[in-house]
Amino acid sequence: MTRLLSFVWIGALRFLWEGRLQTLFIIGGITIGVAVIVFMSAMLAGLEANFIKRVLTSQPQIQLLPPDQVARPLRDEPGTVADAIVQRPSQRILSIDQWRTIQRRMLAMPEVTVVAPVASGSALAVRGSASRSVTVTGIEPDSYLQIVKLPDYLVAGRLRLSSDDIIIGVELARNLGVGLGDKIVLSAANGPSRVLTITGLVDFGNKPVNQRNTYVALRTAQSLLNMIGGVTTIDLAVRDIYAAEATAQQIQASTGVQADSWIKTNAQFFTAVRAQKNTNTLIRVFVGLSVAFGIAAVLIVSVIQRSRDIGILRAMGATRGQVLRLFLLQGGLLGFLGSMIGATLGASALVYWHSVTRQADGSEIFPLIIEPRLFLATAVLATLTGVLAAMAPALRAAGLDPVEAIRG
Amino acid sequence: MAEPVIRLEQVRKAYQIGLAAETEVLHGIDLRLEAGEFLALVGPSGSGKSTLLNIIGLLDRPTSGLVAINGHDIDALDDAGITHLRGHTIGFIFQSHLLISAFTARENVMMPMLVAKGRRDAEMEQRSAELLERVGLSHVADNKATNMSGGQQQRVAIARALAMRPDLVLADEPTGNLDTRSAETAFQLMRDENRQFGTSFLIVTHNMALARRCDRIIAVVDGQIAPGVA
Ligand SMILES: Nc1ncnc2c1ncn2[C@@H]1O[C@H](COP(=O)(O)OP(=O)(O)OP(=O)(O)O)[C@@H](O)[C@H]1O
Ligand SMILES: [Mg+2]
Repeated sequence: MTRLLSFVWIGALRFLWEGRLQTLFIIGGITIGVAVIVFMSAMLAGLEANFIKRVLTSQPQIQLLPPDQVARPLRDEPGTVADAIVQRPSQRILSIDQWRTIQRRMLAMPEVTVVAPVASGSALAVRGSASRSVTVTGIEPDSYLQIVKLPDYLVAGRLRLSSDDIIIGVELARNLGVGLGDKIVLSAANGPSRVLTITGLVDFGNKPVNQRNTYVALRTAQSLLNMIGGVTTIDLAVRDIYAAEATAQQIQASTGVQADSWIKTNAQFFTAVRAQKNTNTLIRVFVGLSVAFGIAAVLIVSVIQRSRDIGILRAMGATRGQVLRLFLLQGGLLGFLGSMIGATLGASALVYWHSVTRQADGSEIFPLIIEPRLFLATAVLATLTGVLAAMAPALRAAGLDPVEAIRG
Repeated sequence: MAEPVIRLEQVRKAYQIGLAAETEVLHGIDLRLEAGEFLALVGPSGSGKSTLLNIIGLLDRPTSGLVAINGHDIDALDDAGITHLRGHTIGFIFQSHLLISAFTARENVMMPMLVAKGRRDAEMEQRSAELLERVGLSHVADNKATNMSGGQQQRVAIARALAMRPDLVLADEPTGNLDTRSAETAFQLMRDENRQFGTSFLIVTHNMALARRCDRIIAVVDGQIAPGVA
């Protein structure tokens, strides 16, 4: 409060108020720029957080698979001409060798929090004359549900999986015309058929996934897929989700099985996010620059308009430093005020946008993330930009020759 | 003997015009003004009165010659030193563009104290109220400078020039734009201050009637002090 009594503050506030039309316009300009930045950044952060949340509740963070099967060409028979092109063999469903050992080793790793063996493959789901090809995922609910949050997606029934139960997606249920408690027949290419009872319906918010995904008990899947005692993948959850790729590489090197992290699986998403962030940074820089030029332009005009006043102030004993600070402060105040109003406006727009836009299923498109830190950083940055932009006008004001200024 | 408030010796001022040419406006001025003197400076238009006043007021430096204010040779001072000396010992009354239009009468009067101290305080509130009272403007103290008559503005400017209790007040045609009555009031205010507190005044004027009521008249003609003016 006492600061408001200092010469520099009194002068800066009064000069801004006296040129209130200019002040208003430049603050309006800063406000728009800052509002756009705040809106964009917060929405982007929200969308990213939302996507990551979805991925992490519907996919394992690391998935262990049997290594690729490689064809070995026969070369050594005399008289045969070796074909230079070796075709990659079609990948049969294979169990991971020694998976119990690998499971134990995974459980011993401090980075790994959950280990869930899974047996999955394709099968045909039949109900009367309707049939659909589906992916059967055999799970041990105790471990698997800690990784893929099926309960979050359950829309009807229960997550009970005894050996004759199955949980299917809502789209598949619609296609087959079945509901809770109904029975369907599942059969795989070279395994026995099984009659299973639908105990739960899940909705992942994605039509193809809702059409294909089915969940059964691990043993049921093993018998369906004709791989008793085997598993096709081991799904893992890790302590630090962003270190998942490093952990995956470490596992691959030490066990020989293929380990894919969620970061690698969703590489496309991360590329898109990075591109977005780069664009965002670019926009920030350019908005910052145009704000700086705007402030500088307004203050240059103000210095010219007030050169007589500046001369009189100098005649009355105001130092060059005081005049310099008088104008730097005006720049800082413009930046600060504009950014505060702009951030508030941007946040309000975000709240509004968040409330009116909904996904098809009525859930939010992005979670509302408004960090106080964003406000603080914006204010500090805008104030600094204002002070820097005011540098040239302020130096000009401080350098004015009082004689010239007074003669005007 | 005490140092004179103003001591000029052989002060010359030349202005650069164009790239090569120079024009000398003041050709070796010698001037002394003792403490408590009330001096009129007269001379035809363009003779160099304002130029001289700006040099004495430390707003401008001479091309050559000695300028000493209260015994301080300004050649020995840097910009900050000159600003400090100016702020604390010299009050200005300009002919036009007297006040800062963004501020009220009270704030204008306070301004020299505010820039000297850097922060507003009760003492300067009191001093400015006192000065506005003295020039008879308490009732318009919170008017913006632009909402006052020319005569009122000039009286605010006088109050402002006296705010720091300066040793010297420089006035460039302080009554030039005023009607006779306002001019008389303004002149009386300055004369009273001079008699009461011994403040020295140097007043540029075209009004010979007023000039004659000063202690001494100096005439500048063509950049030189003209001899023999009473
Ligand atoms: N910056 C400058 N550059 C060039 N010449 C100047 C400059 N300032 C003043 N002069 C010239 O110096 C001379 C003296 O000017 P000055 O303003 O001191 O006169 P004055 O006596 O105050 O006149 P008036 O009574 O009209 O105010 C004039 O001829 C003027 O043109
Ligand atoms: Mg003049």
